Amino acid sequence: MDGIALILLDALLILVLLGLAWATLESRDPRRGVVLFIAFGLVLALAWARLAAPDVALAEAAIGAGLSGALLLAALRDEPEAGHDPSEPEPATPAKRRLPGLTNWAVGVLCLGLGLVVTWAFVDTLSGADPERLAGQVMARLGESGVSNPVTAVLLNFRGYDTLLELAVLLAALLGILALGPERGGYAPAGPVLAGLGRWLVPVLILTGGYLLWVGAHAPGGAFQAGAVLAAAGVILRLAGYRTAGLPQGLALRALSLAGVAVFLAVGLALLVAGRPFLGFPPAWAGTLILVIESAATLAIGATLALAFIGGRPAAWDSPEQRRALNPTQVHNQP
Amino acid sequence: MTTALLYGLAGIGLAALGLRGSLAQVSLLRRLLALNLMGSGVFLMLGAVAYRGPGLSPDPVPQALVLTGIVVAVSATALALALGRRLRETPDRD
Repeated sequence: MDGIALILLDALLILVLLGLAWATLESRDPRRGVVLFIAFGLVLALAWARLAAPDVALAEAAIGAGLSGALLLAALRDEPEAGHDPSEPEPATPAKRRLPGLTNWAVGVLCLGLGLVVTWAFVDTLSGADPERLAGQVMARLGESGVSNPVTAVLLNFRGYDTLLELAVLLAALLGILALGPERGGYAPAGPVLAGLGRWLVPVLILTGGYLLWVGAHAPGGAFQAGAVLAAAGVILRLAGYRTAGLPQGLALRALSLAGVAVFLAVGLALLVAGRPFLGFPPAWAGTLILVIESAATLAIGATLALAFIGGRPAAWDSPEQRRALNPTQVHNQP
Repeated sequence: MTTALLYGLAGIGLAALGLRGSLAQVSLLRRLLALNLMGSGVFLMLGAVAYRGPGLSPDPVPQALVLTGIVVAVSATALALALGRRLRETPDRD
């Protein structure tokens, strides 16, 4: 009975997911599409919980739904007419939103075919004998990793290169955003409700971020979730009218954005000097080194995602002289 | 195994839906949404492979890959939105 109830729950979750995905893409109003996408992310977080992946569920809720949603909503705000998509020159009519009929059909058939091929491969893989997994090796050597949460052990120790390069990707995306132009206009100072909410929420979010960072060593959590929660605090500050989103200025901001990659590399290089492989943590020190790297990564991820929400080079990035040289005519303070 | 199969198939469905959207939609924002849905589908498929049944500990390696993927996806989305904004602000030359 229990089994059937769970299968029904799974089926229901999946139907809702597919329905939300469909509605996201089919909705005429882009705002509605974005809101449906956020709902999709939250339901997806439930699906991750069902798949025994609480680390991923936290990240999906905080990053996939929360911050992606905030970024998309902020992008909608820039648009010339609210609710009207800018890349469509004329108001949307169903015919204008699509490719010509034949191409549309061809794309549909191609995607259906690809989906069927992948389905075949997936079912074939799943119905075969359980292959030898990396999980066995992870569990066998978890004791040497310095942490007891296997996902954190994989991210920060066994596959540390992946995470180092991921932080580098994040930094590259940030540099791209900063290079593309100055920040978008700030928000008006918040009314009493939002300001009051912010005064409560921001300290709680900072505390939650610290908790997630610390607890990630032995339970679901870690640098990504913690960084996302810090960035959420920045988003709230920005929405409440604080232009800088709580970020420092000038050199401190640059150092913060670089902190993740820099500390990760520094630890790796220090280990090389000490005669160990690059990022090959000695088991006795692994826990401490992982915490140091994760703390720096949390700050960098939080700063990067908050800067992404600001949407361009903030006024605080450059010194006043540089600002004048870069944008002699740029008006920053738009209503 | 039913759970893994169900979520895996859902992931494939989402990926196919997202791929179709990213190719067939015209507007930049909808293409971005479609690409994100496609990525979520791929992640869900990986998560289904990692799942090994109730009471068994799941495979942490695909889960870590998905975590990495989620962060890369949001940074790519942010960069694409910034590019779109710049594109809109740049006057047409033709």
